[in-house]
Amino acid sequence: MQDLGIQVLFQGRNFIRLWEGLWVTLRIAVIAMGLSVLLGFLLGMLMTIQNRTVRCITRLYLETVRILPQLVLLFLVYFGAAKHLGLNISGEAAAIIVFTFWGTAEMGDLVRGALIATPKHQYESAGGLGMNRWQTYFYVIIPQTIRRLLPPAVNLLTRMIKTTSLVVLIGVVEVVKVGKQIIDASRYQTPTAALWIYGVIFIMYFIVCYPFSRLSLWLEKKYKN
Amino acid sequence: MNEILQVKHLKKSYENNEPVLKDIDFSLQKGEVVVIVGPSGCGKSTFLRCLNLLEPIDEGSIILNGETIDRKDKNVHQHRQKIGMVFQSYELFPHLSIMKNILLAPVKVQKRNRKEAEKEAEVLLERVGLSDKKDAFPRQLSGGQKQRVAIVRALIMHPEVLLLDEITAALDPEMVREVLQVVLKLAEDGMTMAIVTHEMEFAKAVADRVIFMDQGVIVEENRTKNFFAYPQTERAKQFLNTFHYEALEI
Amino acid sequence: MDLEFMEAHLPLYIEAAVLTLRIAAAGILLAFLTGLITSIIKYLKIPVLMQIVNAYIELSRNTPLLIQLFFLYFGLPKLGVVLSSESCAIIGLAFLGGSYMSEAFRSGLDNVAEIQTQSGLSLGFTRSQIFRHITLPQAVSTSVPLFCANIIFLIKETSVFSAVALADLMFVAKDLIGIYYKTDEALFMLVSAYLVILLPISVIASFVERKVRYAGFGDTSTVSG
Repeated sequence: MQDLGIQVLFQGRNFIRLWEGLWVTLRIAVIAMGLSVLLGFLLGMLMTIQNRTVRCITRLYLETVRILPQLVLLFLVYFGAAKHLGLNISGEAAAIIVFTFWGTAEMGDLVRGALIATPKHQYESAGGLGMNRWQTYFYVIIPQTIRRLLPPAVNLLTRMIKTTSLVVLIGVVEVVKVGKQIIDASRYQTPTAALWIYGVIFIMYFIVCYPFSRLSLWLEKKYKN
Repeated sequence: MNEILQVKHLKKSYENNEPVLKDIDFSLQKGEVVVIVGPSGCGKSTFLRCLNLLEPIDEGSIILNGETIDRKDKNVHQHRQKIGMVFQSYELFPHLSIMKNILLAPVKVQKRNRKEAEKEAEVLLERVGLSDKKDAFPRQLSGGQKQRVAIVRALIMHPEVLLLDEITAALDPEMVREVLQVVLKLAEDGMTMAIVTHEMEFAKAVADRVIFMDQGVIVEENRTKNFFAYPQTERAKQFLNTFHYEALEI
Repeated sequence: MDLEFMEAHLPLYIEAAVLTLRIAAAGILLAFLTGLITSIIKYLKIPVLMQIVNAYIELSRNTPLLIQLFFLYFGLPKLGVVLSSESCAIIGLAFLGGSYMSEAFRSGLDNVAEIQTQSGLSLGFTRSQIFRHITLPQAVSTSVPLFCANIIFLIKETSVFSAVALADLMFVAKDLIGIYYKTDEALFMLVSAYLVILLPISVIASFVERKVRYAGFGDTSTVSG
C-alpha cells in the first residue's frame, strides 16, 4: 500500500495525544497569564506612583525582564534553582515562575499606560459631577482603563502561548515531545512522519493563536470609537 | 478670445450618491482671476480638484489651451504641470527641508538644472518673505509660512493656471493676511487663477469675476463689483447675508 | 565562582556570540527585505499576491519560531529539502521577522496621508515618482522605532536556535552545565553575553529613533508657531 504519512496521525490516540501535549503548554500559559494579570494590576498601579525609588525599582525590573530572552530566564530558574535551592524544580513549575515574572512586567507596563492615558480632566469632570473618589474610579476611570487594556492584554496572551513553546527545551513533556515519541515509534512504518507531525503541530499552534489575535484586533477597532 | 481653461457640461457624482456637480460650464481667460464662492458642500472644492484631474468625472470635458485633457491620458502628468494647485492643508513634504520641498518637482519632474532651479527658488522665497527659512523643515514653520512655501512650490513649475483651494481656511486669523497678500501680488503680476475661498473681502479685492455655486450648479456668475453690490438671485443674496452681523432686535 | 573556568571557556562564548550575531544579521536583513516587499504588495493591493501575503503574515505571527524551526529542520528533509542548521536558523528568523517588519512598514505607509499623494500629483509627479520620493521616505522614517523594536525582538528570538543543533550561546551554556556542572559560571556568562549584545543595540536603537524622528522631520524642541 502506498504510504501516506498523514495516516500516522490517525493511528491509535496519536492526534488526541498531540492535543493533550499542547494543553500542557497552554495550561502553563493560562496559569501564568492569570497570575500576570493580577500581579500586573498591582505593578501597574505602583508604577504610577510619583515616588523616585518606586519608579526606579519597577523600571529596573521591567527593563531587566525585557532585555533578556525568555529562554535565558528559563535557564536561570530551571538550572539555577536546581543548584542553589537543592530542589529539583520541575520544568513546569520553572516555566510558570518565569512566565509570570515576565508577564507581570509586560502587563504592569500595559496597566500603567492605560492608567496614565486617562486624561486628568476625566477625574476632574467626574469630581465636578459630585462623585466621590471611589465612584470616580468605579464608574469613570476603570471602564476606560479596561477598554484601553483589553486589546493589548489579549495580544499578550497570544505572545504568552507562543513563548510557552520554549518549555520543551527544559524537558517538559508537551506537544513537541509527544510528537517526537510518535515519530520515533513509527520510524519504520512511516518514515515521513516528521513532516506531518511537525506540520500539524505548526497548524495546531496557529489554530489556537489566530482567534486571539483576531479578537485583539476586533477589540481594538471596537474601542477606537 | 484667449481662453486657457474651458469646462463643458461637467458632471460628477460619488458612488450612488446625489451628483456633486451637475452640468458645469466654465471658462478662464489668460490673466483672469475667478473666485468661486458658495456654502459648504456646494461642490466648489470638488470642481477645483476635477480641473486638476485629481477626481474622475462622469461626463463633460476639460479643455486646456484648446486640447481636451483627461486623467486617463498618458501625458496626464504634463497636463498637471501646467495647472498648479495649493491645498487647504498645505501638504508640504514633512521629510524635506523647505528648499528641497520646492526643488523636488522641478528637478525630478521637469529635469531642470538644480542650480538654476535653486536660484529661482531663492527669488521666489524672497518675494514671499521667507528667504531665511530655506533650510528649515515644514514642522518648524507657522501655518501661514507653510502656505506661502506651498505657493512657491507650485509657482516654480511655471503653471499656466493656479488653483487655490481654501488656502486660508486652516489658518489663524492673523496669518490669513500674509498669505492673501502674496496672492494679491500674483494677481497684479497677471497670474491666471481660480480660487475657492470663504474670505469675501479678499474675493472683492482679488477677483475679476465671481462664480456662486450651490448644490452642484453655478447659480450666478458676475463681475465682482456687481456680484457683491447687486446679486441677481435670491440664493446669492441669502448667502452674502450670512456674512453680515447686525445686532438682532429682540 | 570559578574564574579560571570562566576564562578558559570564554572563547567558546565569544565564538557562539559571533555565530548568533552573524545569523541574526543575515536573518534580519532577509526579514527586512521580506517586510519591504510584502508591505508594498499590500499597499498597492496587488490581487492574488496580496492574499498570499496576508496568509503568510497570519501564519508567521500566530506560530512560535521554535515550531517553525522544528518544521524546517526535522520536517522538510522528508520532502527531500535538507537544510543545514544555519540555513534553517536564517530562514526561520526571516520567516518570523518578515511579518513583523511588514506590519511595521505598513503602519508607516498608512500614516502617509492620501492628500500627500494628491499634492505630488498636482505637481506633475507620476505615481511611481510619488512613491519613491514622497511616500517611501516618510514611511521609512515613521517606521524606524518599530524597526528597532523588531530588531531587538528578533535578536532575542535567536536564543532558540540551539533547538536545531546550532552551537549558539544557549547551546554552549547547556553543554557546560551538562559536562562540568558549573551552573553558576555557565549561566553568569550566558546572561553577560546577551547583555553585551543587547544593551548596546538597545542604546543605539533609542539613539537612532530620536535622531530620525527629530532631524528627519525637523521637529526640534524649538518649534515655532
